[in-house]
Amino acid sequence: MKKFTSLKNYISYIVIGLVTVICVILSLSGVLKASTAILLEEIAIKIMLAVSLSLVVGFLGELSLGHAGFMCVGAYLGGKVAYVLTQQLGEDDPILNIVILVIALVVGGICAGICGFLIGLPALRLRGDYLAITTLAFGEIVRTIFLNTSEESFGGPIGLPTPRFNKEWFYVICFIMVLITLFVIQNLIRSKHGRAIKAIRDNEIAARATGINVTRYKLIGFILSAVFAGLAGVLYSYTKFNVSSQIFDYNYSIEILVIVVLGGMGNIGGSIISAVLVTFLNRELANILTGNLAVLKDIIYAVILIGIVIYRNAPGLKNFREKYNLKKLFSKKKKTAEVTSDTVAKEEN
Amino acid sequence: MEFLTTFVNGLSLGGIYAMIALGYTMVYGIAKMLNFAHGDIIMVGGYTVHTVLPFLAILLSGVYNPTVAIISSIIAIIAAMVFCMMLGIVVEKVAYKPLRGASPLAVLITAIGVSYLLQSLAQMIFGSAPKHVNIKALDFGILKIGGLAIGYNTIITLVCSILVMIALSLFVKFSKTGRAMVAVSEDKGAAQLMGINVNRIIMITFAIGSALAALASVFFLLKAPTMTPTFGSLPGIKAFTAAVIGGIGSIPGAMIGGILLGVIECFAQAVPAISPYTDAIEFSILIILLLVKPSGLLGKMRREKV
Repeated sequence: MKKFTSLKNYISYIVIGLVTVICVILSLSGVLKASTAILLEEIAIKIMLAVSLSLVVGFLGELSLGHAGFMCVGAYLGGKVAYVLTQQLGEDDPILNIVILVIALVVGGICAGICGFLIGLPALRLRGDYLAITTLAFGEIVRTIFLNTSEESFGGPIGLPTPRFNKEWFYVICFIMVLITLFVIQNLIRSKHGRAIKAIRDNEIAARATGINVTRYKLIGFILSAVFAGLAGVLYSYTKFNVSSQIFDYNYSIEILVIVVLGGMGNIGGSIISAVLVTFLNRELANILTGNLAVLKDIIYAVILIGIVIYRNAPGLKNFREKYNLKKLFSKKKKTAEVTSDTVAKEEN
Repeated sequence: MEFLTTFVNGLSLGGIYAMIALGYTMVYGIAKMLNFAHGDIIMVGGYTVHTVLPFLAILLSGVYNPTVAIISSIIAIIAAMVFCMMLGIVVEKVAYKPLRGASPLAVLITAIGVSYLLQSLAQMIFGSAPKHVNIKALDFGILKIGGLAIGYNTIITLVCSILVMIALSLFVKFSKTGRAMVAVSEDKGAAQLMGINVNRIIMITFAIGSALAALASVFFLLKAPTMTPTFGSLPGIKAFTAAVIGGIGSIPGAMIGGILLGVIECFAQAVPAISPYTDAIEFSILIILLLVKPSGLLGKMRREKV
């Protein structure tokens, strides 16, 4: 049994690593289409966003509605740094490009982290609802500020021009970043600090009574989540020719939240799966549903969101939930099936 | 003179915000939840007026004159209020009631889901293109006193919002239902023991809040007669900001916060250098206020007990 648990700890790395290797082989042999590469980039960015938001919503038990705002900070500042540096140093040398990318990632991540600190400091000391509204306000502030910048600084309403090097291979970098995100966040959650964070989610007062510094751990979780959102933003700015602040609105934050809730709160594997599914479905449905029907997708998401939350949390449905528990149904089957079902249905804790 | 005009406009806008903020603050005080869908009720109210007005115009085309036009507009407004009331009750029954007693996070996410759903439904029914909703009959032009030029609409809005606030305060203070609402917000369990039907009180709270939101949408339409599916979200967020500034859960707090925010918004928009950043300024005020006085201007700080 111990072997299974140790395998479970690494299953997400293995799967993502394998997918990356397969894609690299495919694109080396020229089978991988450019549109698929773009989809892979999108998926990787969504996974980063979902996993980082999952840290706050699923493990810390706080609601952040400004995830797109942190991403916006990363996209604009990291993208700007990358753009200026490529303008100054040229864009032909591949090693130089990588160095610039790393610098942009560091700048974007740190700036988003600082914003997370500034927002989290007042809000995390208060009750949960205030954090939701403060982060929401933060997202709007960031968007408004970048929208009204001058053309020379951040492009204003036109958007920020960004470098985009090596179209075919960028998804590999995105997936490496996903692995780094997973590595940091999963290890955090499994560490002493992660258990402290989960204790705060389960009962803040009890956690405080056992000597956990609640504000400090909340801040750590919140800042880390902001940093990875910022990193995702930098990657986003690389995948587009132009970053427009219009994209990072309230609805984008909600979309990430939907992904996290669909995947199961406090379940990183679930967040990854639902990020892949939602991004894929988004693109496929965008092709099928046109005109006024395009909004059907949003209606379905909204209904699923409400349904899942009510089903999982309603006190009146407790007996029903215990009777038809997915985990129980799966565990009745043979042990060989357990590993696969565990990766899908097992909660992280 | 320009200062005075801006001030009156700010008061009137603040009156609208206060009306919406009242809905937020009452629901928060009584159901202890943040009703994110409240902003979208405003939008539904606007679309109801948009649907009912042409219908009434056809119905009354034989006897059309200015008085009939005004009456039909008022009927449309009442229809919007009734429809939003029912919508508020339905939303509460379907989405929020099953979650009573669940974690606040779950309720919050459901509320966001409802908001998302209402927006998407509106977009499917009416399309995402802006709709022109002109309540012409209620447009009385501009009042000029010396150098002061104020639209009659602004004055009507201001007067109506003050009347609504007075009526609501009296209702809460003196009526039996109002007293019951205060009791529920103080202590739900104790109120239940005193024979108050808590579910009914929560339903009434949602109904009143939604009706006020519908009324607010009409005043927004008098200011700028266009309607989009996302129309309600920004006023909703701002009104919530107002409610937090005033101290969430406190009815006079929502009024003060709303009017304060409206005045700030109008003055910020009057200065060309900072007018693009109006929204950012308003939200920054919220964050700074939370730093300095976490419970808002008139709110009470609740200590969580084990």
